[in-house]
Amino acid sequence: MLRKIRIILASIFFIGVTLLFLDFTGTLHAWLGWMAKIQFLPAALALNFAVVAVLLILTLLFGRVYCSVICPLGVMQDIISWIHGKTKKKNRFRFSYSPAKSWLRYGVLAIFIIALVLGVHSLVALVAPYSAYGRIASNLLAPIYGWGNNFFAWLAERAESYSFYTTEVWIKSIPTFVIAAVTFVTVFILAWKNGRTWCNTICPVGTFLGFFSRFSVFAPVINTEKCRNCGLCSKQCKASCINMKEHKIDYSRCVACMDCIDTCKDGAISFARRSQIKSGMTKGQAEGTSGKPDQGRRAFMIGTGIALASAATANAQKKVDGGLAPVLDKTVPQRETPLVPAGAISLKNFTDHCTGCQLCVSVCPNQVLRPSTSLLNLMQPQMSYERGYCRPECTKCSEVCPAGAILEITKEEKSSIQIGHAVVDLSLCVVNTDEVKCGNCARHCPAGAIKLVRKNPEDSKSLMIPTVNEEKCIGCGACENLCPARPVSAIKIEGHEVHRTI
Amino acid sequence: MKHDINRREFLRRGGAAALAIGGLGALNSCKSKGSGQAASQETDGVSGEMTYRTNPKTGEKISILGYGCMRWPMIKDKDGKDIIDQEAVNRLIDHALESGINYFDTAPMYLQGQSEEATANALVRHPRESYYLATKLSNFGDFTYEGALEMYRRSFKRLQTDYIDYYLLHSLGGGGIENFNKRFIDNGVLEFLLKEREAGRIRNLGFSFHGDSETFTQLLELHEKYHWDFVMIQMNYLDWTHAGGATAEFMYTELEKRGIPVNIMEPLLGGRLSKVPDHIAERLKERNPQGTVASWAFRFAGSNKGVMTVLSGMTYMEHLKDNLKTYSPLVPLTEDEFAFLEETAGLISSYPTVPCNDCKYCMPCPYGIDIPAILLHYNKCVNEGHISQSQQDENYRKARRAYLVSYDRAVPALRQASHCIGCGQCEEHCPQKIRIPRELHKIDRYIEKLKQETL
Repeated sequence: MLRKIRIILASIFFIGVTLLFLDFTGTLHAWLGWMAKIQFLPAALALNFAVVAVLLILTLLFGRVYCSVICPLGVMQDIISWIHGKTKKKNRFRFSYSPAKSWLRYGVLAIFIIALVLGVHSLVALVAPYSAYGRIASNLLAPIYGWGNNFFAWLAERAESYSFYTTEVWIKSIPTFVIAAVTFVTVFILAWKNGRTWCNTICPVGTFLGFFSRFSVFAPVINTEKCRNCGLCSKQCKASCINMKEHKIDYSRCVACMDCIDTCKDGAISFARRSQIKSGMTKGQAEGTSGKPDQGRRAFMIGTGIALASAATANAQKKVDGGLAPVLDKTVPQRETPLVPAGAISLKNFTDHCTGCQLCVSVCPNQVLRPSTSLLNLMQPQMSYERGYCRPECTKCSEVCPAGAILEITKEEKSSIQIGHAVVDLSLCVVNTDEVKCGNCARHCPAGAIKLVRKNPEDSKSLMIPTVNEEKCIGCGACENLCPARPVSAIKIEGHEVHRTI
Repeated sequence: MKHDINRREFLRRGGAAALAIGGLGALNSCKSKGSGQAASQETDGVSGEMTYRTNPKTGEKISILGYGCMRWPMIKDKDGKDIIDQEAVNRLIDHALESGINYFDTAPMYLQGQSEEATANALVRHPRESYYLATKLSNFGDFTYEGALEMYRRSFKRLQTDYIDYYLLHSLGGGGIENFNKRFIDNGVLEFLLKEREAGRIRNLGFSFHGDSETFTQLLELHEKYHWDFVMIQMNYLDWTHAGGATAEFMYTELEKRGIPVNIMEPLLGGRLSKVPDHIAERLKERNPQGTVASWAFRFAGSNKGVMTVLSGMTYMEHLKDNLKTYSPLVPLTEDEFAFLEETAGLISSYPTVPCNDCKYCMPCPYGIDIPAILLHYNKCVNEGHISQSQQDENYRKARRAYLVSYDRAVPALRQASHCIGCGQCEEHCPQKIRIPRELHKIDRYIEKLKQETL
């Protein structure tokens, strides 16, 4: 019964969180956005104490229910492991007890906390479970969803229906894509073979919650009087935490999945108050910590990041019709200060809170947000305007961010937040290069910050060139995106370290 | 009051034309009775023989339906470039000749310069006497004598012929009479062409016109000097009195006065008179449930007796067959029908559509904008009622979604109106005198309001 409840709840959360990453229209967030906001690390980074407190109380009461129900990466591993179990009957009972690798667990947690404090954001984002799942969903699953949608849009177009519209599918950052793929393969292999290995060795949230779950009020308890030592419970425990010999369960690793309760044919395991039995699973911890920290893997991942950081983002080749002049794709300009969305308050606030989950990247309808490729902030999103600009009516990223990296803002607030300012390079401006009338930047500036002035002040019929009133510019990038100069725009946005309100 | 006179005048001419045509039609049907052709035409719903008009100078019998070669079907070659679908062109031309069409009108610049060659490729498979060829001198950029001659000679080569039946000074009127002088008089090009006419390499010399009535009058005053063998004007029931420049009614009357044969272009306004707003279509269908919306426009264009041929750029076999049905034979408009169409024109012109005929003279835009696609999409939305005045409109949500979704489908993001810088290089090329950047910016502002929901 408890197992069924767990499975139903886990399915709801898993599907809900996954849909958040797939729904590029951003409409689901109104109903399901809270599912991202109750994820542990984002809530902690958002200083959402209420959520953190509730999760801790939940763990103190019932053990690591969070890992079995709320965490999408955990549920994904359960699914993978369950599929393997379905292939052959003996695969269902392929697990065996292994002592906790405490040294590795606490080592990773310590490094994680140090990285958090020192601001090595890429490392934090790499192992944080919710962000790892977010990257997998947005990099591997969302394209399939997008193509599926585009197929329906193709059909709808032929039926003159407007119920589906085409969405752009593109690799937003190759390093992040590679990391997502590597993470998925790694987690897949670990889950396929040994169930929850990741959660009980690498995952810092698992280790942290495990520290509390050791003292949980309720937990699976073995009744030694009923137990006939068949060992089935231990053989199907995906957390490998049931020590049959001693009839003890390592509650720091138990994810409260309730599988053992249903497996035991003798009813010897029940979910009950711990005080009824002699407390203490200290022995398991004392047992050997033979595993070494998986430094190799981490080094490999960072290596991948370095190798690919310099690789250019993929430019989708656009078809050009014969009767149309070719339009060159814009290149990504060098920005001295990275651009982060309105609501981030400052670059520091953004990088300190962001877990790199890609939720904002997934919902950005204007192709503005993409994961950073810089090593320190790898996978944390940043903005650029080659494919679109930060449109005035859109506040999607601020609505979805669960970690407090982008605080919720209204359209009105957005219209007065300076995230950067425009800089003109007149040598590239078509007014100078092609000697034509333009002013497209000024025409589309929502802040009225671009004023056209006479190129030759003495000539009343002179062509007009753009100038920027930095005080009014909000850095939305309409000018940069719509500038006819290609591949390098004659006007670009420089980010502000601290966002200002005008 | 003025309209009454117009209508009566029109019908006087129309009636005379009907008589003439009736006679001709009877004559023709006698001539070709018993041929297998008639049977095959019947299956297409063609009731009789094509109507023919006579060129007073040469006595040539020209089919009232002429083939405009500006809108051949296009396909992509292996490099993704647009090329003419030669196979389809062959089929269309074969069927056209078989059905009595004998006038083919092309130009060096049509379809990115591919039209002359593709048209000729299909035509040379038939005897040269079985058709009349028309092409033009499109010296828009290069005003030199040498440049014009090169273009003239290239046409012969591309058309694989040693004489051209109908040669036109392409699109006079833009830039006034000064532009005409620059293109043809000052550099001696017209003098050369007159000599070519004498030599028989040009059988008929005329011009096509898009402009104001003043320039048109000036050009006709030169008739005594140059003797225009024919003139091509834009005529249809919308432009009869509602045209932006010289009205079709004015130009036709002036030409008829001088006995100059009139060729008609844009009888359907590039499809604008077939893709009409829903309730206009209903109105036309109610009057003639069997006829297509387009057939009204073609009957209008052919009803005047001074019209020698009506050019239609028939891209698809269905267009060709429908037009053949309308013109085999032509049933001229009655007085009532003319009044009805004039009223219809008034209704259509009250719609805020942009008068773009998709001729693509404005293209390619150096900044990559797909101008006709944007304008035609806008027109489609106007006709379908997908333009909102404000958010309070009853169907605002539906119309907003329809506009934005279909816009992205019709025009790739990089070629949309938001990228128009307003340089105005397109504007001088537009025969319809559309103020293109202004229209594009207007559409862009409308889209911005839809997107930002500030309508």
